[in-house]
Amino acid sequence: MIDWGYVAAILPELVRALGVTVQATLLGMVLALVLGLLWAVLQRSTSRVAAGAARGIVEFVRSTPILVQLYFLFYVMPDLGLTLSPLATGILALGLHYSAYTAEIYRAGIEGVPRGQWEAALALNLGRLDTFRFVILPQAIPPVVPALGNRFIALFKDTPLLSAITVLELLQTAKILGSESFRYFEPLTLVGLFFLALSLLAAWAVQRLETRLVPHG
Amino acid sequence: MAEAGATPASASPIVRLEGVSKRFGELAVLRDFALQVAPRERIAVIGPSGSGKSTILRILMTLEHVQAGLVEVDGEVLWDLRPGHAARRPDRERLRSVRGKVGMVFQHFNLFPHMTVMDNLTVAQRQVLATPREAAEARAVELLQRVGLEDKAASRPAQLSGGQKQRVAIARALALSPKIMLFDEVTSALDPELVGEVLAVLRDLARAGETTMILVTHQMNFAREVADRVVFMDEGRVVEDGEPEQILREPRQERTRAFLRAVLEA
Amino acid sequence: MDLPRPFDLLPLLLDGLATTLVLTLAAAALAAVAALAAGLGRVSRRAWIRAPVRVYVEVFRGTSALVQLFWFYFALPLAGIEIGARTAAILVLGLNTGAYGSEVVRGALRAVPRGQWDASVALNLTRAQALRFVILPQALVAMLPPAGNLLVELLKNTALVSLVTVSDLAFQGQVLRSATLRSGEIFGLTLVLYFAVAAVLTWSLRLLERRVARGRDLGGLRL
Repeated sequence: MIDWGYVAAILPELVRALGVTVQATLLGMVLALVLGLLWAVLQRSTSRVAAGAARGIVEFVRSTPILVQLYFLFYVMPDLGLTLSPLATGILALGLHYSAYTAEIYRAGIEGVPRGQWEAALALNLGRLDTFRFVILPQAIPPVVPALGNRFIALFKDTPLLSAITVLELLQTAKILGSESFRYFEPLTLVGLFFLALSLLAAWAVQRLETRLVPHG
Repeated sequence: MAEAGATPASASPIVRLEGVSKRFGELAVLRDFALQVAPRERIAVIGPSGSGKSTILRILMTLEHVQAGLVEVDGEVLWDLRPGHAARRPDRERLRSVRGKVGMVFQHFNLFPHMTVMDNLTVAQRQVLATPREAAEARAVELLQRVGLEDKAASRPAQLSGGQKQRVAIARALALSPKIMLFDEVTSALDPELVGEVLAVLRDLARAGETTMILVTHQMNFAREVADRVVFMDEGRVVEDGEPEQILREPRQERTRAFLRAVLEA
Repeated sequence: MDLPRPFDLLPLLLDGLATTLVLTLAAAALAAVAALAAGLGRVSRRAWIRAPVRVYVEVFRGTSALVQLFWFYFALPLAGIEIGARTAAILVLGLNTGAYGSEVVRGALRAVPRGQWDASVALNLTRAQALRFVILPQALVAMLPPAGNLLVELLKNTALVSLVTVSDLAFQGQVLRSATLRSGEIFGLTLVLYFAVAAVLTWSLRLLERRVARGRDLGGLRL
């Protein structure tokens, strides 16, 4: 049955792997937040080419599997002269894929800002970028923070994909431990429990955030 | 206390409410409410909004619970939460039995939008009464003729006017031949020019005299014309109860007078 | 017939695509059943139904799909339960998507106006009859848009099965890469194929939406 001694033995290594997972999650999310904002602003650009391109990229990235995007980056970038570590590549892929989601979330937030705000900014002769920075985004973002929070949790749950390009995060570590000892049940179950515990915790935190940030009319 | 109006001599009441209290959270909606309705009597319930009129109907239709008092429908006890009595609450059997005897027409129609008029009228007959399709449809046609909509059997609710929808709703409720029909402000959501066609159906139903009718309404003239008794409610209690002529022309209570003044001036 | 580059890669990729499609459709069927059962289970009045359903939903939503796949594929056999890779894949993907789907069903049930329940009670329909004839048909309309999104998510998740040796489109891509090293063409083409399927799925569901809502005043569906 369950070998508790084994569980105790592998715990430290799994916790170390958790560190890698958390790193990938946080950095990936930062990238997703920044890049998503770029797509969202571009989508509203007056240049139809820029707007169309942004919309196209977002649609394409959102509709295709992150695993294949990961492979694309991992195998193609070296051919283009860009060599990044597996972890960095993984973070890039996560950030890119999830930027397509955050872009949609920002878009919803921006569209929720009343038209009158744009008009007032125009009347005050604020340029486009300043309008975004000082008027629109400060109103657009707080209501969508919970949605962004949920995306953060989803990104966290996608980090095991990085095991496909040999990043030593939780799943990869579990697989290695399993193959060394031929006991897969304990490491995989532990990893599953880690994810469950952390995502439940994060989901609870997002819900708390929602009651504080989202105006309930 | 309220006085009983002219009641057909024989009957024991088909609806009996005694000492009924109901709260929605902090808000007390009915306080020590009492009412008796004789079989085939036609009662109009009037009063300001928030007086608890609709709640009475919803309790009789088993859509709401009560916190105190007695609620009895056609001899079957739904609720008995009177002090000094063994507490009785409705079990599933009792609920279904009572629901089989009571029908309700709602202010906002509540027709099933994904079904044709015919299906709206037959679904309960077939599922609840196990009536075979042809018989159910025949009855549906009969009722549609009675409410003047026989050509709309294949239409969907979205294609009907408000008045037509409400007439279909009445037909739908009648299809199950309930002993008691409840009407919850059935013309309040209609444009004025559509009210008449619905009142005509109600008038026709009242004249046939087969069904006990309890109508919550703002249509005072209609109440006078059709009701055996008018009950004026305010703040969860019966304030005055008597014959339409008396209540509407010479109300005894000041609150009744004030209400009627306000309504008739509108 | 020799196809020009990069189309010479197509035959093998399309082979994988066939597997992907089979997995997607089979898992979607399972997900629909699971979502409906769990969605109804969440609003059941019996606590002994609600609790296990809640556990199912939270566990499958709260853990990573890939971890679930690995667990089913590697850990279950050790408990004596042997299932093939494909079956495990369909099971996991179906249950995973079904857990998310149950939230969609639950939301759609709540969107049906209260008055419809009232009218059902007034007509003495049982709860089951009300659900079957009145509530669910109306809830269906509200379910379709989010269901479309979940279907695309499911399609994307099928790529994960390549990591447990099922030879789907992503797997074939990897096979080709290790054989030919034409990574850019291979994965580019693969992405385009996934995108095409996603587009077809989304478009089909939008058609379905329009058909179901046809001729109906949504009567106050709180969307």
